[in-house]
Amino acid sequence: MLAALAFGLPADAKYQPEVVVSDPYIDLHTGPGRGYPIFYVAAQGDRITILKAQTEWYKVRTPRGKEGWVNVSQMSSTLDLDGQQINFPQYGLDEFGKRRWVFGFAAGDFGGARILSATGTFKLTPNISAELVASQVLGDYSDGYMGTASIVMSPFPEWRVSPFFEIGSGMINVNPQTTVVQSQDRTDEIAHAGIGADVYLSKRFMFRAEYKRHTVLTSRDDNEEIDEWIAGFSFFL
Amino acid sequence: MDSRIQLFLVAALLGLIWAPNAIAAQPKDLELEPLVVREPERREVKVDDIDSENFEIGAYGGILDIQDFGSNAVYGVRAAYHVTEDFFIEGLYGRSELGKTSFEKLSGDVELVTDDDRQFSYYNLSVGYNILPGEAFVGRKYAFRGGLYLIAGAGSSDFAGDQRFTVSGGFGYRMAATDWLSLRIDVRDYVFESDLLGSNETLHNLEFTGGLTVFF
Repeated sequence: MLAALAFGLPADAKYQPEVVVSDPYIDLHTGPGRGYPIFYVAAQGDRITILKAQTEWYKVRTPRGKEGWVNVSQMSSTLDLDGQQINFPQYGLDEFGKRRWVFGFAAGDFGGARILSATGTFKLTPNISAELVASQVLGDYSDGYMGTASIVMSPFPEWRVSPFFEIGSGMINVNPQTTVVQSQDRTDEIAHAGIGADVYLSKRFMFRAEYKRHTVLTSRDDNEEIDEWIAGFSFFL
Repeated sequence: MDSRIQLFLVAALLGLIWAPNAIAAQPKDLELEPLVVREPERREVKVDDIDSENFEIGAYGGILDIQDFGSNAVYGVRAAYHVTEDFFIEGLYGRSELGKTSFEKLSGDVELVTDDDRQFSYYNLSVGYNILPGEAFVGRKYAFRGGLYLIAGAGSSDFAGDQRFTVSGGFGYRMAATDWLSLRIDVRDYVFESDLLGSNETLHNLEFTGGLTVFF
């Protein structure tokens, strides 16, 4: 698609359906955002062509050849050429409750070191999800990488502040900083249990805060316990 | 008897002549058939098939001023996903290098950092918030839509051979040349701690960049 755009593929190669305005009028903005001014209105009965979409805005062309951006809330009142309602996706708290894919990143504290994580979550059942996390741990004396897989249980996925519990395991690799003389790189298995909450913010945007208790299964006699506190932003599809 | 055989042969011959006609007649019937069972054209709108342009990728270049190590060229790549009209999530990776500290310049041969460790790289995951959308007018003929955004994030910097947790903040301006091509100007401050020069201190590293991004 990118290549097609970059090399200027003719516009008619794309899917550009026509719809009919059924409200008294709809507003055309100069850009895909509520802050951009309205410069034209399409009247009831006008057949408008949908050219493309960006976030919750659709770029349309009117019969008179005017091109502008219409918000999804006004698009959802248009009809197809057979007079049928069209289902334009709108995201709200209801969709948050049914979130299927969640992607995000977070930063926090990992046993005194800093941690950065990227997370991908897929819903298996309404209450149970599978989650993969890739993290980088940055400490004063060492740094490393961690990858974990978890099962997440959300008893109330539809709540605005939706709590969850998780258990999982993975691998952690730690290497010392150059300014410190210490033992060599090491890789260990790690297991954890965690508790946290997803907080719905707006549209497809959410905030997540979490506490995890890790147990590093070292080759030495003692297993190491590490507390992780982490928070970040994510979005759902 | 002969005449009966002749009649049979004639009948068989006629049959052979007619048979192809009978076969040839069939396709005509088939051709007419679809007209009878044809359904009205379906004009349902498939919203998922509409071209959506929520991803933004691009490259940038500019100047990064690394505290104590001078200003150097920086270049990088970034990818963003526009979650709503207000928020976007962006990841970037950039490279630069460390210049010489004043101490290294004055003292002659002393090197605080090896040549390998002078390579500086960083990545950052950020959340951006679009503010002040509007149009920019170039001359009397052209208007481009654009807007200012605030951006903040966290990541890691490979500084003098060590990975340093880095937080960043800044602002930028995005001007849309077309629907899918944008010009971006960014000002960011990357902050991390280092004990390279003795005591642990917080380093502020200001970056000024310009770049192009493509929406798809």
